[in-house]
Amino acid sequence: MLFVVSIAVFLIFFLLPRIGGATVDDLASRYVGKTADVTQIHALAVKLGFTDPLYVQYGRFLSGIFVGADYSTGPTTVHCPAPCLGYSFLQQQPVLPDLLDRFPVTLSLAVGGAIVWLAFGVSAGVVSALRKGSIFDRTAMGIALAGVSLPIFFTGLLALNIFSYTLGWFPPGGSYTDFTANPAEWAYDLALPWLTLAFLNAAAYARLTRAGMLETMGEDFIRTARAKGLPESTVVIRHGLRAALTPITTIFGLDIGILLGSSILTEKTYSLNGLGQYALQAITQNDLPKVLGVTILAATFVIIANLVVDILYVVIDPRVRI
Amino acid sequence: MTEQWDPPRQRSFLEVNDLRVHFNTDDGVVKSVDGLSFKLERGKTLGIVGESGSGKSVSSMALMGLQRYAKAKMTGEIWLDGEELLSADDDHVRSLRGKKMAMIFQDPLSAMHPFYTVGQQIIEAYRIHHKVTKAVARKHAIEMLDRVGIPQPNSRVDDYPHQFSGGMRQRAMIAMALSCDPELLIADEPTTALDVTVQAQILDLIKDLQQEFGSAVIIITHDLGVVAELADDIMVMYAGRSVEQGGAREVFHSPQHPYTWGLLASMPRLDRDRSERLLPIKGTPPSLINVPSGCAFHPRCAYKDIPGDATTSQVPELVDIGNGHRVACHMSVDQRLRIWTNEIQPKL
Repeated sequence: MLFVVSIAVFLIFFLLPRIGGATVDDLASRYVGKTADVTQIHALAVKLGFTDPLYVQYGRFLSGIFVGADYSTGPTTVHCPAPCLGYSFLQQQPVLPDLLDRFPVTLSLAVGGAIVWLAFGVSAGVVSALRKGSIFDRTAMGIALAGVSLPIFFTGLLALNIFSYTLGWFPPGGSYTDFTANPAEWAYDLALPWLTLAFLNAAAYARLTRAGMLETMGEDFIRTARAKGLPESTVVIRHGLRAALTPITTIFGLDIGILLGSSILTEKTYSLNGLGQYALQAITQNDLPKVLGVTILAATFVIIANLVVDILYVVIDPRVRI
Repeated sequence: MTEQWDPPRQRSFLEVNDLRVHFNTDDGVVKSVDGLSFKLERGKTLGIVGESGSGKSVSSMALMGLQRYAKAKMTGEIWLDGEELLSADDDHVRSLRGKKMAMIFQDPLSAMHPFYTVGQQIIEAYRIHHKVTKAVARKHAIEMLDRVGIPQPNSRVDDYPHQFSGGMRQRAMIAMALSCDPELLIADEPTTALDVTVQAQILDLIKDLQQEFGSAVIIITHDLGVVAELADDIMVMYAGRSVEQGGAREVFHSPQHPYTWGLLASMPRLDRDRSERLLPIKGTPPSLINVPSGCAFHPRCAYKDIPGDATTSQVPELVDIGNGHRVACHMSVDQRLRIWTNEIQPKL
């Protein structure tokens, strides 16, 4: 599966510029000084391997991942050790260390946000389902609708304005402390991004949980659980929620996978130096190898998340077992 | 409350007085059960018979106190072993549920939680009412599975419901219901979802276990064959009311209500020529929102003209015609007997 992804990603990023009409020289021209003439540019294009057939370029890219690659950008040759996700010619350095450097930020953002939105979303969904049609239900579902509809750059900026600039409760964007350095500070710095991210997702999860709970609480096995004389809380959580959890797990896995790849909007809004920001910068600078690297990494996370979900399914739903 | 002094009297083990279960819906009030009274002693079996929507299941759910979760309006009295249940608080009824009274449901596949093993579900039922360790409860669960005739209970206890066959699932369901030695067992169509060959086994099992545990049993069914096999008493329900009740022998051998005749005549019989048509009851069960005036059965009754206007204006009372056999019909006993012996019995 990863193999397919690597081909797709490679083709998109290497072929699209060509289809768009750019010649190999155009690509290479961005890596030389403004004064370079046509022959110099073309020489560089050859040197960087842009003139090689596509399969050679792809093979080089792929072997880079497994055994590393050497890039010569002028007088010196640089070695990009395996796994080499690409080499940024603009910055003259391999992509991967950069990615690894920024990954903790994205990981913190995703994991923390996920905990917050699971807690709020699922519990709100459960209560809404149990008190269907109540004021709580209507309010929660109204907020959820807003949460699903409002983009992060709106809610995020709003939250920054209110809680950071006006009330001063949280630091403005851009602050990040390593978890290993100071966990409390880490959580404090990330609280607002988490809430913003969670608002969007909690809303979706609340709706999903509510729908699932409404369905399962009408099932026969709920009646059986009550007939046993179980307390209602046990009936709701152990029997109702347990059965409604399957679709939530699926979506959760996919969401986490996507978020680990990058959460561009949240990171941009709060100026967090994660993978999302990195991707954004790479795109604006037209630094193709960087974009390629981030994409591959993001795709890997999505695939791993999918795999984990599939495995989890077996644990959650015994009927899937053979 | 009246100031009148009630003479102390021995109540039956289960006594239901004028039970009404009404649901408020957008279309109007659904009178699922509308004035139901019956008694049941320990060790006896009551069969409740009727078409879909006659209020059989709703009344059994009301007995279990499960209707409390369905926003139903309930009035009347349910006395179980000297305690009135309708006025009791939720927590108390919950503590009785599963322990003093237990229920078996129609479709054991959907009635068991798909994500827990059969053992886990029996253990859970046992441990709510008994403060024992998991290991003890597990031993008990295996014993129960063995008792209801599940082979290799030691390994089957860790199987999931979907790994059981239909009949085995119903056995497991019975094991779960009986795990706390309930004194009242309600079986709501326990054999409807099962193969015919398995049906008889399950009925035998219920019968055996009843003798072993000495509990009172209510069997709800639309299958008169089931009732004939098990019940000491029979109650025929129509539109939320009892139209005929009494000992199984009386109700089977000299049924007095036109609806009961219809039910008997609708039963296919193997010992009859196939060219003979069944005699289904005409029409459909009434809407429980607009129950027909007077006798609720009158629009479908072939004999409604005999008693005249009373059929549409007065609700017939259950009248004892001897031996505790009670019938709610406007026709006189003589008229009914004549129709039964001359017109109905020969055709059965």
